[in-house]
Amino acid sequence: MRIGVVTFPGSLDDRDAQRAVRLAGAEPVALWHGDHDLHGVDALVLPGGFSYGDYLRCGAIASLSPIMTEVIDAAKKGMPVLGICNGFQMLAEARLLDGGLIRNEAGRFICKDQQLRVESASTDWTSGFEQGQEITIPLKNGEGGFIASAETLERLEGEGQVVFRYLGPNPNGSLNEIAGISNARGNVVGLMPHPEHAVEPGFGPDTATAMRSGTDGLTFFTSVIERALVGA
Amino acid sequence: MTDLSTVPSRAAADTVDNATATPEKEQPYDALGLKPDEYASIREILGRRPTSGELAMYSVMWSEHCSYKSSKKYLRQFGQKVSPAMKKNLMVGMGENAGVLDVGEGWAVTFKIESHNHPSYIEPFQGAATGVGGIVRDIISMGARPVAVMDALRFGAIDDPDTARVVHGVVSGISFYGNCLGLPNIGGETWFDPVYQANPLVNALSVGVLRHEDLHLANASGTGNKVVLFGARTGGDGIGGASILASDSFSEGGPTKRPAVQVGDPFAEKVLIECCLELYRAGLVEGIQDLGAAGISCATSELASNGDGGMFIELEKVLLRDPTLTAEEILMSESQERMMAVVEPGKLEGFLAVTDKWDVETSVLGEVTDSGRLIINWHGEEIVNVDPRTVAVDGPVYDRPVAYPAWLDALQADSASALPRPTDPATLREQFLALLGSPNLADPSWITDQYDNYVLGNTALSYPDDAGMIRIDEESGLGFAIATDANGRYCQLDPYRGAQLALAEAYRNVAATGAVPAGVSDCLNFGSPENPEVMWQFSQTVEGLADGCLELEIPVTGGNVSFYNQTGDVPIHPTPVVAVLGVIDDVARRIPSGWQDDGHNLYLLGVTREELDGSAWAGVVHDHLGGRPPEVDLGREVALAGLLHAASQQSLIDSAHDLADGGLAQALAESVLRFGVGARVWLGDIIERDGIDPSVALFSESTGRVIVSVPREDDVKFLGLCEGRGYPVLRIGVTDATSNELEIQDYFSLSLDDLRARHRGTLPAHFES
Repeated sequence: MRIGVVTFPGSLDDRDAQRAVRLAGAEPVALWHGDHDLHGVDALVLPGGFSYGDYLRCGAIASLSPIMTEVIDAAKKGMPVLGICNGFQMLAEARLLDGGLIRNEAGRFICKDQQLRVESASTDWTSGFEQGQEITIPLKNGEGGFIASAETLERLEGEGQVVFRYLGPNPNGSLNEIAGISNARGNVVGLMPHPEHAVEPGFGPDTATAMRSGTDGLTFFTSVIERALVGA
Repeated sequence: MTDLSTVPSRAAADTVDNATATPEKEQPYDALGLKPDEYASIREILGRRPTSGELAMYSVMWSEHCSYKSSKKYLRQFGQKVSPAMKKNLMVGMGENAGVLDVGEGWAVTFKIESHNHPSYIEPFQGAATGVGGIVRDIISMGARPVAVMDALRFGAIDDPDTARVVHGVVSGISFYGNCLGLPNIGGETWFDPVYQANPLVNALSVGVLRHEDLHLANASGTGNKVVLFGARTGGDGIGGASILASDSFSEGGPTKRPAVQVGDPFAEKVLIECCLELYRAGLVEGIQDLGAAGISCATSELASNGDGGMFIELEKVLLRDPTLTAEEILMSESQERMMAVVEPGKLEGFLAVTDKWDVETSVLGEVTDSGRLIINWHGEEIVNVDPRTVAVDGPVYDRPVAYPAWLDALQADSASALPRPTDPATLREQFLALLGSPNLADPSWITDQYDNYVLGNTALSYPDDAGMIRIDEESGLGFAIATDANGRYCQLDPYRGAQLALAEAYRNVAATGAVPAGVSDCLNFGSPENPEVMWQFSQTVEGLADGCLELEIPVTGGNVSFYNQTGDVPIHPTPVVAVLGVIDDVARRIPSGWQDDGHNLYLLGVTREELDGSAWAGVVHDHLGGRPPEVDLGREVALAGLLHAASQQSLIDSAHDLADGGLAQALAESVLRFGVGARVWLGDIIERDGIDPSVALFSESTGRVIVSVPREDDVKFLGLCEGRGYPVLRIGVTDATSNELEIQDYFSLSLDDLRARHRGTLPAHFES
């Protein structure tokens, strides 16, 4: 399976996402924001970072990049798309996902190992988890507060589109403690925490048994790979 | 639509012809910071008066900051006190943008620490942000990919109202710039002391990695090669001595006041990093230099000095943010995120294709010549014609007066040994907690949580472990560890020993992770060099460091000197921030600083003496500073590092934590809190063996000490190792994963919750509204 990782100017975790894809057993394909070509990949990751410096609304300019025409088209046809942090912000700006992300409640950038509950194990990127499973994924952002209208929130909750919820104190003021959501079809998932930073023992979050050994993030990528195998 | 930025500014510039024709014209050299004899020697070098552009160049390049004119005399020791072992892995030493060490497997590491103190007081956010940006560009210009940053910070008293302003600005500036650049921040230091009240220190460190063959140096060789400026446009920000340059004496009708602090754009720098790395990979660059202090003046004169010796520049080709800038201002501007490259004419097209891809604006300013002259034209008229070495290399060197401080003997006579030391459990417990919550020993995670330590996916250790550690090679696991240290209180008591204590601690911190110390970078922060007592402190510090590095056999690869850190007549404590970098063959073998498992034995390596002078205990409990700081035995430090390395290679130890500020007490608390595993500890054996009392056992800051945890099955082997190497070792406790407390047997117990609350509460209490 080939999974594309799009690099925008200011993308920071693009090589980390490529490493995660590789460790999960798929072939990472580096894609450039300025191209109109997905190089025949089977799934897509929009990585974290500060695209265009995020001097305007986060992800706003990147969501208008040339390649986003193809990304949006593919997503609408059902290709699995994962937006991480800045990628989530782009998906929201591109209207592939509902709601929006605003400045953290405390007004500061925050970097920490974050506990999450998996609320939906039926998306393309979470099918390897158990519903209700508690996982630890690094969170690092300045604008991670999820917002949506009351009506949208109700629909997301009602339709099972809330995929991840923060456990413990709300780190950024997100409504309903929402950390990640999906589209109705479940092929497009966006979240603020960084699964690509919890894929390799020694370089992930601390766990109860050993330091920096958390690999919960790997399941995102193995999920989409297994889906593809079953589908094929 | 007219693009205003390309409309040339034709404000009349002072030409070389004009300078020759008007030899008696009065020039504002004094306002530019040049002394009369310095101005006279410029006239002598040129055989005429300098043009205003030349005067601007000399004034900035001969400034203390750029020329090291007061410190050069002493810094030479770093090049003289070297052994063959120190040269073995040194690929590039002092004098380049950053030093480079061979770390094996075809890899090299480049690192440097640099100050950005004064801007960070005036404008903390941008000052600190551009401090990060500047050091990272030094790393890029060596041909390396930057892979980590760190920062050593000193602020005023934690409860002074102005401290919060500076802390919020500095921390958010570093967070903004470093995070947006995508570099993990893997450690550093934070200190609060009234001596830094109006003189905060912001020392930024960056590390880069490169393959040996990718090494680039800042020289302009190859006559006919093009000189290319690329990156951000040049604006009026950060013009050195801004108010001076914007004064009327320079150009009538030009722009006036400009901010002296540069403004950072981390996005531009991130793009510049990727662009430079792509240029290097494609072999499109012959020489490269970043633009930092003194901007184009510095880059052109240094590149030319280090190469064929000549360069011709057409200054009006510089792309401007503000078309009204004068030639002098363009020469001086310190606009950020700019680089200057030397490119073969045949490769220019390829070069431009890469910069186009990254949307990086580029202009060809001129070319390398063999004339031996740096010639700069402004709209066809020659405004600079100098020997570049007289600007960049052969600046003035001072032998400033040095005087033993009149107050030092009295200060050293006032030992902490006269202070009352408790033996009762209640007071010991109270003092233990007081230290743990004191500003300099409290948990700094309110700060470090604002920095990304995950990005790039190679972080093997970061705060709160003793050193930061980064994997270099994903296949082999090769990596480096790095730590910074400085204790200004020790240095005030004895600058020679204080410098060696900083070196010893950074060295020990790196060794505690299982890495082998390999090189040093230092950032020497001092008061005014015009104060003979400060110069004495400086001379002692450099001598201490140079002697220390020779004994440890690790080279100083570069660094920076920051003078004039004083308000009025009161200088800061001498603060030589020492960064030690070590190499580890496989980061999988790294040693954390805390306990993870139940039932492991705790051993104290080293001997504890009554050494409380200058200690955190004396400062926090008694508000006292006096006496002589702890003794340093660098031979012991080498032995200890060797022991730790052997133990980690044989996987005999599960954790190692260096004892420094706050002594055993602080080390125990931090080791417990690292993973939340408690312990039972007894002091009796230490007290008996070393002939000390419980206060000394807990709070002394004797050097050469590390606490390690050892799985029971490795006990015999570990003790055999210590015995074989003759290093003092004492079993002082055992970990207990179920007790949820730290018990100091016969004295007191503290629950993990109490320890955590005391440790974590201090910074938020002061800085969260």
